[in-house]
Amino acid sequence: MSLCLQARQLACERDDRWLFEGLDLDIQSGEIVRIEGPNGSGKTTLLKILSGQLTDYRGELYWNGEPMRQAREHFLANLLYLGHAPGVKAGLSPLENLAWYQALSGEKGSEPAREAALAAVGLAGFEDVPAGQLSAGQQRRVALARLTLTQRALWVLDEPFTAIDRQGVAALEAQLVAHAQSGGCVLVTTHHALTESPVLRRIQLG
Amino acid sequence: MQRSHAQLSTPEVAIHAPQGGLLVAIKATLKRDLTLMLRRRGEVLNPLVFFALVITLFPIGISPDPELLASIAPGLLWVAALLAALLSLDSLFRSDYDDGSLEQLLLAPQPLAALGLAKVAVHWLLTGLPLALMAPLLGIMLSLPAGSYAVLALSLALGTASLSLIGAIGAALTVGLARGGVLLSLLVLPLYIPVLIFGAGAVQAAIFGEGIAAHLAILGALLALALMLAPWAIAASLRISING
Amino acid sequence: MWAFINKLRSPKWFYAISAKLQPLFWVAATLLLLVGTVWGLAFAPVDYQQGNSFRIIYVHVPAAFLAQSIFVSMAVSGLVFMVWKIKVADMVATVMAPLGAAMTFVALFSGAVWGVPTWGTWWMWDARLTSMLILLFLYLGVIALRGAFSSRDSGSRAASVLAMVGVINIPIIKYSVDWWYTLHQPATFTITGRAAMTMDMWAPLLIMVLGFYSFFIALTLMRTRSEILRREANKRWVRELAEETN
Repeated sequence: MSLCLQARQLACERDDRWLFEGLDLDIQSGEIVRIEGPNGSGKTTLLKILSGQLTDYRGELYWNGEPMRQAREHFLANLLYLGHAPGVKAGLSPLENLAWYQALSGEKGSEPAREAALAAVGLAGFEDVPAGQLSAGQQRRVALARLTLTQRALWVLDEPFTAIDRQGVAALEAQLVAHAQSGGCVLVTTHHALTESPVLRRIQLG
Repeated sequence: MQRSHAQLSTPEVAIHAPQGGLLVAIKATLKRDLTLMLRRRGEVLNPLVFFALVITLFPIGISPDPELLASIAPGLLWVAALLAALLSLDSLFRSDYDDGSLEQLLLAPQPLAALGLAKVAVHWLLTGLPLALMAPLLGIMLSLPAGSYAVLALSLALGTASLSLIGAIGAALTVGLARGGVLLSLLVLPLYIPVLIFGAGAVQAAIFGEGIAAHLAILGALLALALMLAPWAIAASLRISING
Repeated sequence: MWAFINKLRSPKWFYAISAKLQPLFWVAATLLLLVGTVWGLAFAPVDYQQGNSFRIIYVHVPAAFLAQSIFVSMAVSGLVFMVWKIKVADMVATVMAPLGAAMTFVALFSGAVWGVPTWGTWWMWDARLTSMLILLFLYLGVIALRGAFSSRDSGSRAASVLAMVGVINIPIIKYSVDWWYTLHQPATFTITGRAAMTMDMWAPLLIMVLGFYSFFIALTLMRTRSEILRREANKRWVRELAEETN
């Protein structure tokens, strides 16, 4: 079964300035689509529109051929969105943060699985430290642990490499490619230069 | 970039159909918010200290005469509790907005109204209810006549629940604004007036030995109305704030 | 009916049709207000209880009526905007808010002026004036909220939600304030709680109410037109219009 997110004639205006107009976009299973553009060209806005957070736009969105309005629940059940801010509560430990995210999708999950996901992003030993005491890079890794923990087909990632060190970057890149190769799709914005790959496609904004 | 269908016919990545789990999500949100607030015990105490401080201001600003204070005590207690509850509203959604959790809440495959209601419930449990329980103590300081202390606590418990719900709408509307706190008060105070009237009225009725059932019933009705309508308004307002 | 709603989606169409409707309402407003004012101030019989000072109702009552119905209209426009995404509805709501606030202020001021000969004081916490004051705060809240957002669309949607929340609260507030007032004051005369008014008294009142409404509609049409021009300034039809008039 393949997935498809489509945008037709997308246009968005902010402060009397058109960020983009008449944008057509297709994201299919097995692809990594990278949105590029200078600062302020609307990359985050585009991601928010595509993930259904912004409604102030023109044009139509389709999920697997159906209009987004009707397919929204199915879309959300298959979407994992990581935004600019990692979404990690400073007052909770990484384990507690992950537990809440799993519960939001209705899963209770299991502690060992969460610990394994944290170990996979290099946070073994920090599972119970309040996230506020972790560095920015470590907090982002907690967010990235969700990629391993929660199986979702479509990943929409806004600047996921922020504050990650070189090792982490290589690991994340490999994870993105592996995800695409097993039938998932990835939509990503980043200033970081991604290694070329047959699954990688780029779209330029601005 | 052609991919043969044979490769995709057995994907390792599963496609999910929407599954329920609303109860799991609500319980987890309740637990999460309770944990977060209880770990910052100082913040939980702040509205209570504010309540006591404001009550202290009145005798100083007006007169220490016990009879005078007794005659205006119900109103003073209610207004001070209302303001203390209002103060704590601004932070209801703010930290989630700032660290990116609010976006995730919006994207959860659960009705936002239900999750918002869970957050408001925790807010009431840790703000409104303590204010209601503390009020009788401050009533003593204002020479509140006997026979009205229980009604004071009860009316405040019921009333602050409505105040949390109504105030959460204002908090959701202003969470994305730079100095949303002051605007929040302006938006929400007019809407608080009916609760204030019947809440203070209940205490006064108790002092004069009149029936309090009507007042408490109306407070209950206001709460029921707020429970029915506010969650949707809160969800719509959160979406607007994320948008902006 | 759907065709009409679809036409409403076009600010250009609204601009054209309001050009034709505006003069009608201005004429109606002028006539009605003139007749009503003269009749009410000069020719209506003197009230046996209050003498001539009761005549202020010819300003106070229409203003109070309008203050409330404008809020309802504003909330309905907001609902239309949120549900059907009709921009003109939002423009109308934007324009109505300050008009409604002004009308509420007129009602409060005329109520206060009435208070001087009646109660000997400039302000009285009676049920009507208190409800009007709370209504004024609700208006100010909607105006402030709309202006606080940097994105106009977000501000409009936030103001629409607040207006709808406010409109549900208005009857609750009125009922509560009425209850509160009767509890704390001995039964006194209320401003419009009067028994039968003779026809020579309420006929000019009705005319004034209609006159105020016409005035309000004319003013709303006029200000909506400016709002349309402001928001659509970079559209071709507006530029052509500007060139035509030059």
